[in-house]
Amino acid sequence: MDDRELIDAARGGDRAAFEELVRRTYRDTFTLAHRLTGNEEDARDVAQDAYLRAWRGIGKFRGEAQFSTWLYRITANAAATHLRKRRRHRTESLDDVNEPAERRYDSHPVAMAEAGDLLERLSVAVDQLPPKLRQVVVLRDVYSLPHEAIAEELGITETAAKVRLHRARRKLREVLGPTEELGASAHAV
Amino acid sequence: MQCEQVAELLPGLIDSVERDVDVEAHVESCLRCQAEVARYRKLLRAMTLLRTRYLEPSPSALVQTLAALEADLERGVARATLSGRRLAYAGAIGGTVATAATVAALVARNRRRTLGLAG
Repeated sequence: MDDRELIDAARGGDRAAFEELVRRTYRDTFTLAHRLTGNEEDARDVAQDAYLRAWRGIGKFRGEAQFSTWLYRITANAAATHLRKRRRHRTESLDDVNEPAERRYDSHPVAMAEAGDLLERLSVAVDQLPPKLRQVVVLRDVYSLPHEAIAEELGITETAAKVRLHRARRKLREVLGPTEELGASAHAV
Repeated sequence: MQCEQVAELLPGLIDSVERDVDVEAHVESCLRCQAEVARYRKLLRAMTLLRTRYLEPSPSALVQTLAALEADLERGVARATLSGRRLAYAGAIGGTVATAATVAALVARNRRRTLGLAG
């Protein structure tokens, strides 16, 4: 069965078809959840929650968007909910939960040296952004969701989403270092 | 317009459909800002490539998710069964009330008839 047939079957209540979709998309969903939350444990919880929501809501999926995009939005919403809950249960602010990029670079120079190519360094830099900035830049620049969808799933205004994106890009630009280095590495991309 | 002002605006304008003619005019005549635009474009291109740079979940993660789906399904079936039972109870109670009302109405009518004959 191809994905389209599986989606149609799942919409009709076919549990096995949905489980097959989970198997086929899990790595992608987990990767997004990991990029949004910044750690594996939260990513597992978020991915699980996303699939539970997807199963409950698959009857509403009309196929106007791609299934993957629909699932990205659900995952983004699940991650936002998860991070909000986690923030309520901790006294420190979310921005403090993940160490700032500069501290990690200082404390892991070997890891950074090993992270040789641009994509690897970029991946690390994204991971080290404050969660609020990270969520927006990942959804926009990595997964190409429109501003409107990002704002809706994260429960913020479109203006706030754009401001966070702007700040995130500036931080990534700083973290990636001098002009020549970025330019030279990006040619390989 | 100064390079610093342009640098401040570039992260928001780099992929925007909105145009800023002042920024465009400056960039057109400024090699430094053209280089900065090029860097942001490269940054965005690299970000797009991260989409297929997958992070590998541990094998147990998928198993746990499938188990959670299974548990959710079972809870759903249990809820549906309970709802069905509730409907059956409600129907039975409704039927009893309707029967009682009918009997009461018949008794009342018979009493009226009896009283009428006696009168």
